[in-house]
Amino acid sequence: MGKKVAFLQGNEAAAHGALYAGCNFFAGYPITPSTEVAEVLSAELPKIGGKFIQMEDEIGAMAALLGGALAGSKALTSTSGPGLSLKQELIGYGCIAEIPCVIYNVMRGGPSTGMPTGPSQSDVMCAKWGTHGDHPAICLVPASVQETYEETIRAFNLSEKYRTPVMVMPDEIVAHMRERIVFPEPGEIEIIPRKAPTVPPEQYKPYDTSFGDVPPLAAFGSEYRFHVTGLNKMQDGFPTTKASVVQEEEERQVRKVEGNVDDIVKFEEYLLDDAEIVVVAFGSTSRSARYAVNEARKEGIKAGMFRIITYWPFPEKQLLALAKRGVKAFITPEMNLGMTHGLVKGCTEGKAPVLGIFRVDGEPINPGQILDKMKEVK
Amino acid sequence: MSKRYEIRFSGAGGQGLILAGVIMAEAASIYEGLQAVQSQSYGPEARGGSSKSEVIISDGPIDYPKATIVDALLALTQEAADKYSVDLKEGGVLLIDSELVTRQPAGNFKVVSFPITSTAKNEVGREIVTNIVALGAMVALTGMITRENAEKAVLARVPEAFLELNKKAFNIGYEKAIAALG
Repeated sequence: MGKKVAFLQGNEAAAHGALYAGCNFFAGYPITPSTEVAEVLSAELPKIGGKFIQMEDEIGAMAALLGGALAGSKALTSTSGPGLSLKQELIGYGCIAEIPCVIYNVMRGGPSTGMPTGPSQSDVMCAKWGTHGDHPAICLVPASVQETYEETIRAFNLSEKYRTPVMVMPDEIVAHMRERIVFPEPGEIEIIPRKAPTVPPEQYKPYDTSFGDVPPLAAFGSEYRFHVTGLNKMQDGFPTTKASVVQEEEERQVRKVEGNVDDIVKFEEYLLDDAEIVVVAFGSTSRSARYAVNEARKEGIKAGMFRIITYWPFPEKQLLALAKRGVKAFITPEMNLGMTHGLVKGCTEGKAPVLGIFRVDGEPINPGQILDKMKEVK
Repeated sequence: MSKRYEIRFSGAGGQGLILAGVIMAEAASIYEGLQAVQSQSYGPEARGGSSKSEVIISDGPIDYPKATIVDALLALTQEAADKYSVDLKEGGVLLIDSELVTRQPAGNFKVVSFPITSTAKNEVGREIVTNIVALGAMVALTGMITRENAEKAVLARVPEAFLELNKKAFNIGYEKAIAALG
């Protein structure tokens, strides 16, 4: 005993995880099924001297998020599909200007207004390809209330470590489900601080790569004065069209994530040692998959699960290794029309068939559906 | 593997079914020391439309958070009773509001019925506590949580000014269910 426990919703856990990570700024616009994050933080942030601001819409919220983060805050916004669409241009701005911040997006049915209260997993492509241009993408997909708390903390850590926006994307079931949560003690989970400049203000450049691929970021508005733009920029932050600089900077921005996949990619292997059928699942669907795998094992079917926790960067290396080791089939159950299915097919190079189970009717994929699909594998 | 017990509270939006499920799950998880997951599904309307709240209770980890075969079902509308009674397990229990569900679903399950909403309105004094009357009855019928722990969970969730009202609602519901069981 001793540790604090509570019975919380995924969204409430995310808000508390953000506070543990040092979040002191929230800008957002309410939208089902993510509003509880804003509800909790509107009550909690003022108590610790933080700032909570409800903007006129999701675009304004994303702009405020970037401003708050650039000024030195640890900043969070929460939204859902339609809001995520609206935020996209400014997410690109956050990527090119390299502004650390966290975007918590609860997946509901889409496109457009879709099914506001129904679960979905169809925003995962939007997390990477929603904003135009080449850019780094990190997206975490928790499957429980406890994990939503912990992955929100990890999202803040990754955003600071790599100086880039990071997304946390539970589906509506995980976001609204209530479970017991055990809170970590202060100091128990490492919190990664923003890399601060070590040079005096007159020598400071906001994209100074002599400090590595992730340059230190001073607080905007402090004695460190610098220029920020959505244009391709030089190390001092001013725009450039010089081909060699643009090429180099674009590659560095993407390399911050693609060059560190082993640090960022997180997954769970469940009964994979001797598995002939591998279910690749994430979020609440992975809970159906675990149930189905356990049932299958009782019937003598050698099934296992590869659970995706980091969706972007996608765990390509691990899935290819499984395919090469030899499996009879991969099964991808997901609440969309085949987004993960395509990715698994792509990275496993045709070494095993990939069978999809796709559902977009607002109902969860149940364990029976997955078990039935396993039985189709010869 | 651990044993799952599945409870569904169903009816219309605005009847407080989600809160009833939350309290049941909290009672199991925090006060009874079991594992519990509560989930819900509802329409975009603030009131009306269908609403359901599900609670899975187990002595071990709970993977799938939604109901598969329901052990105990509460139905506060005819629509909910018709739609969800087919998911009831053989030998399960169905609790209905006798005034709102006039066509009683038939099946291999026990049906317990009393005027839940009228009880809240006339015997407790406020219709708004219908969900707590129903919760008291479900605690009695499911036997997963002790009466004491469930009452603690109810009282931990309600504003101080309404403690007595909710306590009364919970206990009347509990007693009525026992009486209706015969």
